[in-house]
Amino acid sequence: MPLLWLRVATVLYAVGLIHAILMLRQRGERSGKVAAPAVAVGMVFHFVSLYETAALFGLTELLSIRQAESALGLLVALCFTGLYLRYKTASPAAFIFPLIFLLTFASAISQHSVGISSSPIYGGWIVFHVCTLIFGYAMLFLSFVSSLLYLVLSRQLKRKQTSSWAARMPALQEIDELGYRALLIGFPFMTIGLMAGSVVAEERFGAAFVGDPKVLLSLLMWGIYLVLLYTRWSAGWRGRKAAYLASFAFVVSVCAWGANYLSKLHRFVAP
Amino acid sequence: MNFFVLGVNHKTAPVEVRERFAIPEARLPEALGKLTAVDGVEEGMIVSTCNRVEIFARSQKDDCDLQKFVREYFGFQPGEYESYIFEHRKQEAVRHVFRVASSLDSMVVGESQILGQVKEAYATARAMGAVNSQLDQLLTRAFAVAKKVRNETSIATSSVSIASVAVELAEKIFGSLSGKSVYLVGAGKMCELAARHLIAHGAKKIYVGNRTYDRAVALAAKFEGEAIPFDRLYDTAPWADIIISSTGAPHTIFRKEHGEKFLHVRKNRPMFFIDIAVPRDIDPGLNDLDGIFVYNIDDLQQVVQSHIGDRRKEAVRAEAMVDEEVRRFEQRFQTAEVVPTIVSLQQHLENLRQAELDRVRGRLGNLTPEQEMAVEALTRGIINKIMHTPITTLKSAARDPEATTVVDVVRKLFNLRSERAGQEAADADPAAPELIKSGKK
Repeated sequence: MPLLWLRVATVLYAVGLIHAILMLRQRGERSGKVAAPAVAVGMVFHFVSLYETAALFGLTELLSIRQAESALGLLVALCFTGLYLRYKTASPAAFIFPLIFLLTFASAISQHSVGISSSPIYGGWIVFHVCTLIFGYAMLFLSFVSSLLYLVLSRQLKRKQTSSWAARMPALQEIDELGYRALLIGFPFMTIGLMAGSVVAEERFGAAFVGDPKVLLSLLMWGIYLVLLYTRWSAGWRGRKAAYLASFAFVVSVCAWGANYLSKLHRFVAP
Repeated sequence: MNFFVLGVNHKTAPVEVRERFAIPEARLPEALGKLTAVDGVEEGMIVSTCNRVEIFARSQKDDCDLQKFVREYFGFQPGEYESYIFEHRKQEAVRHVFRVASSLDSMVVGESQILGQVKEAYATARAMGAVNSQLDQLLTRAFAVAKKVRNETSIATSSVSIASVAVELAEKIFGSLSGKSVYLVGAGKMCELAARHLIAHGAKKIYVGNRTYDRAVALAAKFEGEAIPFDRLYDTAPWADIIISSTGAPHTIFRKEHGEKFLHVRKNRPMFFIDIAVPRDIDPGLNDLDGIFVYNIDDLQQVVQSHIGDRRKEAVRAEAMVDEEVRRFEQRFQTAEVVPTIVSLQQHLENLRQAELDRVRGRLGNLTPEQEMAVEALTRGIINKIMHTPITTLKSAARDPEATTVVDVVRKLFNLRSERAGQEAADADPAAPELIKSGKK
């Protein structure tokens, strides 16, 4: 049943995504009339799916890669809902929905469930590691979307274009603040999440874990996160430069996430 | 539905004619008094603004000589100004009132001022008792239509003046303007106007820089701002989020290198430059810098034009809404005209039923509650069946010109009371039209 609910949620997210894309050039706030309710109902099914998974198979099941992707999707959907309620616009949907859909879709078509191998001693650390990093990833994504929105809106303003999509967007400075706050909130989570992971890896594999591609990519992602924060704080990087850096951080974070499938040490294997 | 609208407006008459018709607010009660004294005028109100002087009236008759009232009130000779005066009757009058209230008839379509002006005129007329019945209903409906048009179309969402577009763009960049600072370079009128708009939207600190320092001081004093000597322009410009420039300088004042310096000082926080000067004060190259947005007078004008175009498109939707509302209003009115007869008919038959029941009750003896209910249901059923055809005929005839004939025939056939008594009955039972509609009564 949890898989069924997840698939229902995926279909609803797809409806929201298609509508958000179709409505990009439409006047008025019509995209919000379908996209936002579709995602809201999707989130309910999504939550039920995760809850049932935990109830049926135990909390450790949520640490499987499929469920972690699913949880990240739900968290990003939650971020969208927060933005929708705060700014009364569904304009960011065209940027956020693809990721929500992809994460949920990947999770919904997965045929088998694999979890992180863990002993009870490290169980708590791993739960902490996964939860904090999922939150860190969501915030990093939010900051990436903010950079893109800033870039697009700023270009439209410079070219003196008055598209209806831009008219519905929050103000440039609000988008900028949003991205910066996401970075500020996400960074500590990313840092302590990686530290928790390092503690477990150190205990299990010794110093060898540092050479693992997953670990290297995660460190690189953290480094870019730090650079993003620093450039923003010290020089107030916005616009193009910030968007390029945030895009790079996003690509690296996708690679770091993808490395879950490749890493020899950081494998999600059947318990 | 004998509504009449007569007057002059920006579409039919130039300002030199409109000003001849203008009625100052203080003289409005007197004019209303004279209007309602005109033969046949039951209710009336006058809307007098800079763009229109219009009389809305209702008469019992099919004709109403408002032209004569206008001639006499303003002291015109017959034929004088006649070509500037427009007149609408019945359905067209209703449509006109709806269009005026919804700002579809305004010079700047979608502007919000007209609704307030019509409301004021209505309040004055109502206070005098010049509007009290059907015209009241028409105006109340017009306000509801105006609200609907505003809420369901984007007719009034975009700015259509240079100063308001400047504010809109600033809000698109900074969000709330609360606490933002504005730098006026040059002390021109347009600068001042734009600054006033920005302040009205929350901008706090105003700096003024002008080659003539005294003029800067004078302008700064108007906004409780700070005058800055012109030689300190480049050091102080980064303090401002919005810079409005309108100097008479023959060359550009702000160039790319200045922009780079400002951004460095401001840690890349965005800046909005509004260049109202011709020749331009701001190098267009400044717009290429990340975080700096430059709009000159043509750019602002272009935005205004695009917004006007948007409003026109929305106006087409709004017109369709008004058409639908006119149709509904007309239908409601026509149905209301036959309601007294329907109510009388229902009461007449109900009285007959009750009288017959009372008459035979003694012969029927003691009835059980079930039997009582059965007799009630039977008699009611018969009455409803008898009433069905006349009511349906009356309701359908309400939409046709022969409504009065049908009403007369029904009244004669059933020997009903006078129209007035029926109207009183309908007034006493406000749910009557709804019950008739649902066929429950």
